[in-house]
Amino acid sequence: MVSTTAEVIYQRPESFTDVHTHYCPGCTHGTAHRLVAEVIDEMGLREKTIGVAPVGCSVFAYNYFNMDFVEAAHGRAPAMATGIKRVLPDNTVFTYQGDGDLASIGMAEIMHAAIRGENITVIFINNAIYGMTGGQMAPTTLPGMKTTSSPFGRDVETAGHPVRMAEILSTIDGSSYIVRRSLHNAANIRKSKKAIRLAFEAQERGLGFSMVELLSSCPTNWKLTAQEALDFVSDEMVPVFPLGDYKVSPTLASLKV
Amino acid sequence: MVKEFLKGNHAFAEAAIRAGVEAFYGYPITPSTEFLEHMARRLPSLGRAFVQAESEVAAINMVYGAACTGKRVMTASSSPGVSLMMEGISYIAGTEVPAVIVNIMRGGPGLGNIAPSQGDYYQMVKGGGHGDYFPIVLAPASVQEGIDSIALAFDLAEKYRSIVHVIVDGNMGQMMEPAELPPMREIPKEVPDWAVAGAKGRDANILTSIYIAPEDEEVTNLRLLKRWKEIEKNEVLFDEYLVDDAEILVIGFGTAGRVASSAIRDAREEGIKAGLLRPITLAPFPSQRLVELTKQVKRILVVEMNSGMMLDDIMKIVQGEIPIEFYGRMGGVTPLPDEILGEIKRVAANKEPGAEDPRDEWISRLEQLISGEK
Repeated sequence: MVSTTAEVIYQRPESFTDVHTHYCPGCTHGTAHRLVAEVIDEMGLREKTIGVAPVGCSVFAYNYFNMDFVEAAHGRAPAMATGIKRVLPDNTVFTYQGDGDLASIGMAEIMHAAIRGENITVIFINNAIYGMTGGQMAPTTLPGMKTTSSPFGRDVETAGHPVRMAEILSTIDGSSYIVRRSLHNAANIRKSKKAIRLAFEAQERGLGFSMVELLSSCPTNWKLTAQEALDFVSDEMVPVFPLGDYKVSPTLASLKV
Repeated sequence: MVKEFLKGNHAFAEAAIRAGVEAFYGYPITPSTEFLEHMARRLPSLGRAFVQAESEVAAINMVYGAACTGKRVMTASSSPGVSLMMEGISYIAGTEVPAVIVNIMRGGPGLGNIAPSQGDYYQMVKGGGHGDYFPIVLAPASVQEGIDSIALAFDLAEKYRSIVHVIVDGNMGQMMEPAELPPMREIPKEVPDWAVAGAKGRDANILTSIYIAPEDEEVTNLRLLKRWKEIEKNEVLFDEYLVDDAEILVIGFGTAGRVASSAIRDAREEGIKAGLLRPITLAPFPSQRLVELTKQVKRILVVEMNSGMMLDDIMKIVQGEIPIEFYGRMGGVTPLPDEILGEIKRVAANKEPGAEDPRDEWISRLEQLISGEK
């Protein structure tokens, strides 16, 4: 009789619920969710974490994370997170927001959460479009990009240029860790996870506001296949939204994760 | 405890602190600002949370967040600020978490002015935000009653997992009068089982106002309605003055009710049998008591600092059984006792049947009064 030993090298994170998501095939929300769940598991934070879900495609995020969660009004997740964190400073509080939620209707709330240096973590999904309402123009929509509310392409003369949130938030003194990553391939997914880890490390060290912007795909509303959508992220979005570290607190810079 | 000479806004804020408020999130707006200022001075040294938010929208969503943790939380604002908060108020109602919101009302609509008004009656009493929900509304008429209402508001909010509005006009926020503050209450240590605090040793708690299946939303709406029916049964509060033998029933809340009580005292000296019904809870409204009094008195005079908003509710309850008349000042004008005394005398002498809309005659009387004042 031959005895064998098996080592678990890959499994569902405890911070993840065992359900199917409502996300479209090829959408990167699932990847982003998983990275957050893995980081929370690895840091042992699940039992003290409170998530704040947004309005948009990830409105039901609370169904996929196995932890306490609240569901905010559109754009108000950073305010709601502030309200929670100020009365429960020892808990870990994060928001998960899309581009319409964070950079349009919630612009005031995200800016002032950073200005106050709120010790929260923000996961920002930038896919350059409103997904849940069926593909309207977002503040991050690329110039010339066709959406249902910019049917002839985003005209920068009348609708302005895409807003770069990581760059803006990096100028704010209350920010501790502000980076942009992408989810378009395995190498970038690994870098994204490391960034998410550092963002939560920033919060655990009380360093102040942290945000990871994740360039994401929306094949359904971009009307592309899953692979074409990932190519669109790397070929079209990355040039407009350069990947990089926009602000890294010195405490984090020396941290090995 | 001893009586002190206290300004309304300071007294209400201190009452909240002594009732165990653990977080205050607000935005400055006249005539409520001293409320926020008092919290800014006091809360940090007590180890409790204070944030001056970037807007009333953010403030109420901070309140929403803290309410989800089961902590005692509140905000205070004034009419235009409360309009901005209506989004969050609806979400708080839909999520069934407790919160106390103080509205120091001013003249409107729009930017209006900073003078005392009761023009937010509809917005506060009828809900104001979107969807099916029923806020509890307390309308105290003195600094002391305001102090007492704040503590009651927290208890009611937690008992029913409901929004409780405490509404007063700007007079009450700004004026000083002798009042007694309660002793400091212990802050409860236990966390409610529905609250978010980290899922340690239990299943995750999810707090949301979204019920995507209409059947689920309907069940939620029904739960809120049945809870409201309980509130209507249990929590009605009102004050009365000289109603036992009254033939003229004056109805007014807050400052209008208080000014009316002075006019009633003077009317009694002139032999007019007037009495006062002053609702303290505008929602739930003292409907049952009003129905009883309708059988006793001959005429009703409704006095408000708005265009007759509570009047509509009273007409619905009285159902034309006896004549109802109306006297209101609007735009931030506070009626004087003599004005109301004049109205009581006029109503006492009036033998005409009640008008279909008591406002019609009042409008022409008010126009005359305004042109006379000029």
